[in-house]
Amino acid sequence: MNDNQSLNLLDRALGLDQQSRPWLLSGRVVLVEDCVESTASFVLHHLIKRSLCLNSSNVIVFVAFANPFSHYDRVLRKLGCNLVTQRDNNRFFFFDMLMLQCPDGDEGKSEVGLVLLYEKIRKTISVLPEDKKSHVTVMIDNISLMEVAANGASDYVLDFLHYCHALTSEFGCSLVTLNHEDIYSNTETPTFILQMEYLADILIKAEPLATGLAADVHGQLTVLNKATSHALGSSRNKVYNFHFKVKENSVEYFYPGSRG
Amino acid sequence: MAETICRTLRDGGLEGEHAPALAIKDSVASSFGLDVFSHVLTQLSNYILAGKSQSRGLVVVAFRRSPSFYVNLLKERGIDVNHKWIRILDCYTDPLGWKELLNVKELSQEASTLSSICRDVRDLDKLYSSIIELGKGLIGQEKGRFSVAIDLVSKMLRHAPISSVAILLSNLRSHDQVSSIFWLLHSDLHEVRVSAVLEYLSSMVASIEPIIATTIGKKGDLENLSWLEQNFRKGKFHVRFKRRNGRVRVMCEELHAELSGINFTSVSSEDGIINQRLIPKVQFNLQLSEKEQTERAKVVLPFEHQGNGKPIQIYDGRRSISDNKNEETLVSTGILQTDEDTGKGEIIYFRDSDDEMPDSDEDPDDDLDI
Repeated sequence: MNDNQSLNLLDRALGLDQQSRPWLLSGRVVLVEDCVESTASFVLHHLIKRSLCLNSSNVIVFVAFANPFSHYDRVLRKLGCNLVTQRDNNRFFFFDMLMLQCPDGDEGKSEVGLVLLYEKIRKTISVLPEDKKSHVTVMIDNISLMEVAANGASDYVLDFLHYCHALTSEFGCSLVTLNHEDIYSNTETPTFILQMEYLADILIKAEPLATGLAADVHGQLTVLNKATSHALGSSRNKVYNFHFKVKENSVEYFYPGSRG
Repeated sequence: MAETICRTLRDGGLEGEHAPALAIKDSVASSFGLDVFSHVLTQLSNYILAGKSQSRGLVVVAFRRSPSFYVNLLKERGIDVNHKWIRILDCYTDPLGWKELLNVKELSQEASTLSSICRDVRDLDKLYSSIIELGKGLIGQEKGRFSVAIDLVSKMLRHAPISSVAILLSNLRSHDQVSSIFWLLHSDLHEVRVSAVLEYLSSMVASIEPIIATTIGKKGDLENLSWLEQNFRKGKFHVRFKRRNGRVRVMCEELHAELSGINFTSVSSEDGIINQRLIPKVQFNLQLSEKEQTERAKVVLPFEHQGNGKPIQIYDGRRSISDNKNEETLVSTGILQTDEDTGKGEIIYFRDSDDEMPDSDEDPDDDLDI
């Protein structure tokens, strides 16, 4: 019950407000897109916190290209979640990929690094007890750095994402990825980001306000939820839009115009 | 009209002709492609099971979704899924052979009895022979035909050039045991020429377009958001039929996304939608109804010779030579008439042009040189 009260607009948009088991994101692909002016890593932090909260049995496999463990540990500690304990309890698996550099050169060689990463993720999930497999969230922070690690071979990254997508249907786990939208904005046809959008069931976009900077509002989130929800009464294909303000140890979400 | 597509696929092709082919194309702004694909798949499955179609079986080539997705989809819609009429070529689970490389054991699923796995989608020759093999397995030794459904050609195009994909599709179409074929394409992932090539290969093209063309939240202002919301719920559904004699017919419908699938509704006219959308709901009428419009057209204006054969003249503030001439004749006829019948007069009236409204902030004496 206590949990219910702490639900915010983001949770509602993702459909996490319905008290149903299993975990509502299971089998779904969530894509978080952000840009330089407003970073959306707080969405990932929020999802980590939601997954690891006391009365759930979710497991996170976190693939970090952007920051070391200590960074996430510090952020999540402020949010009231101890990642070290969760890691010791086998509920938080952290893959430090900061140093991953796929071998360059011959055709197919840079693929190997990603194949091995896939194997690592798959193994981690498959050794979990049967009842936990569908409660796994694979999180990747972030795809553009993965592309860098793969020497810019975006095709291999897409292959990797396809295999991760296959994991969601095989085990019923969920996949959450973060990517920067604006780095693809120059290309005439931003095929890579489009491919990712096609894969996603839920798309979360973080943007600055159209009206410019504001002290009380840090940006806006648009959530496109195209997943078919089997829960009664919910219709498919919904769009949510709200503003956010990132604070020291929490994030406020509110409807445009309801604050300040 | 979505019905027409399904019926054409059901009826199949004639002996010695290419099988009818449907290309479904969508874009990220209106990504209902998979829904339309599922709709056509369900309809065709119904026809096959009821024995109404030319084809006796269906081969689904699954790139985008897992075989179990399709099995569940058909089951949810009350269709009996068994190996007698459907086979799935699984290009989803392990398209590049990574799992084989890593010695991963496949979990046995219900769908695996119906599906066979393809571990290298880059080899299109092998893919082609697997499809034909599965189809032949379905119909056995009998003389019959089967249908082929490819759920995402875009995935195929990532691993193979357009020429080989075109050869594959064309070979499937001309195979004498293929009754009909349909596929899905995300058109914005490819160059225009690629989708053009694929459209040439098909006899029907169903394209799904957004209701309102918009760039998704370039700067997410609220107006854009409501458009986005509209596009997210429904889309325009255009179908182009190509007849054997070369005649092309285009039809348009609107599709709505719902929990149970998609619905098609007919669109009476484009204007209807625009009017509904642009005009806000008010208590009074801003527009005339059709009846009111016809009634207004019938109203007889005073001092105009109404429909007695002469052209109606409208004074627009200037007079050209032809106007002068007309006036002279009018005047002369007037004189003639007065001569003949002195008891009557005639009013010569030129109606003022409607669009010459007096401009309120213009000084009428502006050109006076005082």
